[in-house]
Amino acid sequence: MIERLDAVELEEIRDDFPILQQRVHGKPLIYFDNAATSQKPRQVIETLNDYYRRYNANVHRGIHALAERATREYELARHTIAKFINAPAPETVVFTRGTTEAINLVAYSWARANLKQGDEILITWMEHHSNIVPWYQVAAATGAVIKRIDLNADGTLAIPAINPRTKLVAVTQCSNVLGTINPVKELAAAAHKVGALILVDGAQSVPHLAVDVQALDADFFVFSGHKMLGPTASGVLYGKRALLEGMPPFMGGGEMIREVSATGFTTNDLPYKFEAGTPNIAESIGLGIAVDYLQKVGLDKIRQHEKEITAYALERLQEMIEIKIYGPLDAEKRGGLVAFTFSDIHPHDLATFFDQEGIAIRAGHHCAMPLHKHLGIGATARASFYLYNTRAEVDALVATLQKAKKFFGACPTGRALGF
Amino acid sequence: MLEELYQEIILDHYRRPRNRGKAVPADLAYKDSNPLCGDEIEVTATLVDGKIKDIKFDGHGCSICLASSSIMTGKLVGKTLAEALNYIENFQKMMRGDIPFGGKEMGDLKALEGVLKFPVRVKCATLAWHTAHRGITAKL
Ligand SMILES: Cc1ncc(COP(=O)(O)O)c(C=O)c1O
Repeated sequence: MIERLDAVELEEIRDDFPILQQRVHGKPLIYFDNAATSQKPRQVIETLNDYYRRYNANVHRGIHALAERATREYELARHTIAKFINAPAPETVVFTRGTTEAINLVAYSWARANLKQGDEILITWMEHHSNIVPWYQVAAATGAVIKRIDLNADGTLAIPAINPRTKLVAVTQCSNVLGTINPVKELAAAAHKVGALILVDGAQSVPHLAVDVQALDADFFVFSGHKMLGPTASGVLYGKRALLEGMPPFMGGGEMIREVSATGFTTNDLPYKFEAGTPNIAESIGLGIAVDYLQKVGLDKIRQHEKEITAYALERLQEMIEIKIYGPLDAEKRGGLVAFTFSDIHPHDLATFFDQEGIAIRAGHHCAMPLHKHLGIGATARASFYLYNTRAEVDALVATLQKAKKFFGACPTGRALGF
Repeated sequence: MLEELYQEIILDHYRRPRNRGKAVPADLAYKDSNPLCGDEIEVTATLVDGKIKDIKFDGHGCSICLASSSIMTGKLVGKTLAEALNYIENFQKMMRGDIPFGGKEMGDLKALEGVLKFPVRVKCATLAWHTAHRGITAKL
């Protein structure tokens, strides 16, 4: 039986998010910018409060009660998160400030030590800048070459050209623009066949669907806490133990060392080797509580709920001939977000218009400029959903689009000309 | 509130932009973009005796960006480069809130005052002006 959120559960969930209870420009807030960052339930907000009020202390150092409690909660969060993604051991979960830092860690530590002239890094057209720029930097430093997997017309990935020169496949599990859910397990198998590694960007997948890093056979898996009900500046790098053990440290400082002498240092064990300095203690503890919250609701239920909302949004949006939707039109194949353009109205104008109706959507290139150039568009509008969004909110989205059409009228000059 | 941003004058310039295209010959040409939103504007101008004889814009952007570009071309035509620079800098100061907006004598430009209430959109209104400023400076 497919489990879904019923109306009562949905209401209870909404009650857990204080921010949703407000009016914006006099209208009830409809938050459709979850792909940028999610809202936080009171359980997470209270955790941060509790940490600073009751047991704020540095971890792994002080020999006193507060330090002991802070260390315990910090490590408990690591356990919770490791279990959540089915990592084989907590030490394979490194806390970072988010996806961007985690990818940079791998780029600076693993890639610079292992890649050389002519090696290929295979990415896709749909990557977020954070899974592009660090590889450009690696390419500049090592002479490695960037290659891209082509896009099919429906926004899915074409068969990748993985070859013996491929040393790393860096791919998002779910696109933050097209919504496409990529076959990372198959990509991992293809990469491993030629001896390449795979890094999976889980920023848009971990918040919304059950992920098992061992079943995917991911070598590196990264995600951000703030997109999954957790605090900003929380996030994770998971890596296979042997890989992490073989890698040089990323940043140097306290915590990452075992011993420092007058002339050198030895590194600490995993995961501390990669957690130099005082870490994001409160944020990581908060992320552990966010994961508890998601698990209590159930990832399968959340996925089902978002699938239904997305399918409904796709259906309602397509009733309007002026709409152009990017990415697969089948909700099974995509995550809970829809990027679109509407008539000739610029996405920025749409976003301002929506904002005045209390609806938060995103407009722009969503940190995916190469994708937008590839699709031949300057910008898109994006509505992204989460567990607390409702069908009624989707109806409001559609009604507002119709209002926007009336307001802006026919604007035949909005299109790109001469560029 | 929305009506303050999208005044009729703005929507009119958006729907029927003046001076869209390329000035020939393009004695002055400059292209710039707002990387945050992907908007791109190119300003071209024909100069005769140190004066802007013709000025056009092209590119793509939101209604505020395009309307502002259209209004700008109407304001700069006929000016010497030095006068144009002065005019642009004055407008930039108004959009930063450094000096107050003028009155009716500003004509269509007055309609852009409403953008000040939408701080995230100020960049849209100033893109063409920054572009023209750069283009003129490069010429001087
Ligand atoms: C697919 C994807 N990757 C990476 C990121 C970057 O995440 P962060 O800014 O939290 O490091 C994002 C978030 O915008 C994203 O959507």
